[in-house]
Amino acid sequence: MCLAIPGKIKSIESQFDGLVRMAKVSFGGIIKEASLEMVPQAKEEDYVLVHVGVAISVVDEEEAKRTFRYLEEMGEVADELNINDFLPDKEEYSD
Amino acid sequence: MKYLSEYRDPELAQRYLREIEKTVTRPWTIMEVCGGQTHSLVKNGILNLLPPEVNMVHGPGCPVCVTPLNLIDKAVYLAEEKDVILCSYGDMLRVPGSEKSLLEAKANGADIRILYSPLEAVKIAQENPDREVVFFAVGFETTAPANALSVVHAQRLGLDNYAILASHVLVPPAIEALLSDEECLVEGFLAAGHVCTIMGLEEYFPLVDRFGVPIVVTGFEPVDILQGILMVVQQLERGEAKLENQYARMVREGGNPKARETIYEVFDITDRMWRGMDVIPQSGYGVCQAYQKFDAQRKFSVDIPEAPENASCIAGDIMKGLKKPFHCPNFGTHCKPENPLGAPMVSSEGACAAYYHFSDRIHQIEKQSA
Ligand code: SF4
Repeated sequence: MCLAIPGKIKSIESQFDGLVRMAKVSFGGIIKEASLEMVPQAKEEDYVLVHVGVAISVVDEEEAKRTFRYLEEMGEVADELNINDFLPDKEEYSD
Repeated sequence: MKYLSEYRDPELAQRYLREIEKTVTRPWTIMEVCGGQTHSLVKNGILNLLPPEVNMVHGPGCPVCVTPLNLIDKAVYLAEEKDVILCSYGDMLRVPGSEKSLLEAKANGADIRILYSPLEAVKIAQENPDREVVFFAVGFETTAPANALSVVHAQRLGLDNYAILASHVLVPPAIEALLSDEECLVEGFLAAGHVCTIMGLEEYFPLVDRFGVPIVVTGFEPVDILQGILMVVQQLERGEAKLENQYARMVREGGNPKARETIYEVFDITDRMWRGMDVIPQSGYGVCQAYQKFDAQRKFSVDIPEAPENASCIAGDIMKGLKKPFHCPNFGTHCKPENPLGAPMVSSEGACAAYYHFSDRIHQIEKQSA
């Protein structure tokens, strides 16, 4: 129930004279509406974490990469891990 | 980056597993707090892959599992007796009440609607001015902003036919209650990442200090969970107890202040009954005085006495980390997802249902408990 998934903001529209900002968010190509009221700083092309129709966080790109570097930073032999293997921008699905 | 599939990479998961194996030297009991993490652990077969020293127990972080029987009875009452349009997240429908579930009430003709978002319930209220609409607002801190926002929207729209039946629970008081219990075996926690997206880290420092347990705020994908487990194991092996954040791509130290503002606009902190556990002081949200006309319990003067729980359900011990679903004599016999005796068999985030659906993926646990 606490499922929340990241999606990319495709467009933003204001309702109630700008009081409410709603976005069309793409989840691997599936478009859903989400309220941006909890993330006033979010803009088009940002990735947001959406839970029950409300965006609750904007993804931090730099922090997102740390999971791939953590083992390396722990002092493992760098050769063993090529970070690029884990940062695939091979389009697994289109958005 | 899609911020999803990358964290399911089997090769990276393997590397984390190897690192956990290298690091662990003795048995540790670690609790994942959130039901979403339980589901991910079981579904992805992680329980089988972990070294036997790492004993994962499954916490109370499934809102469907801890919503008291009494609230289910109240929701059924509102739908059947008060003729409201009762809107709910889908997971709540099969949870058994003392007499019936919402699904049974729906089959008998009550107007019960499954929604993805509470904001849809506000729309339904707008479109049906001659009907009363009640949203069954369950959830942890993650869901509270959306539920509160629905009330704010209804207020802005001047709706007087919308109300919520609130059953909100909070994670830190539950961790405190677990750790204060003498029987508690848990030595480290994976805290629920999405809860901290809203609340930030602040509330967890006192728990780490007072109880001397490592807490790592953790995400939900297999690689996240394995990294979280590794971080807890590293601390335990070093004899440390710190608060760490594995899920920093979503969780800021200060959480989401705007979301908290919305929560505190609509809700007050109250004592709350947890199904299978008991009343935990200051562990939930109720609708505050200023918004009381949106509180379904007051609006419809719902007064239904507490009904006793099914005595043979050991859900409480499971959520405290004392037992595993296989220890329950009803598991898979009298209690199955089609016909659940207790709430953890209903939601796929409940430990019992997760074990039942994916029993082929938990041989190791079966052996341990045999
Ligand atoms: S198997 Fe059923 S009866 Fe047993 S603890 Fe789980 S929910 Fe309760």
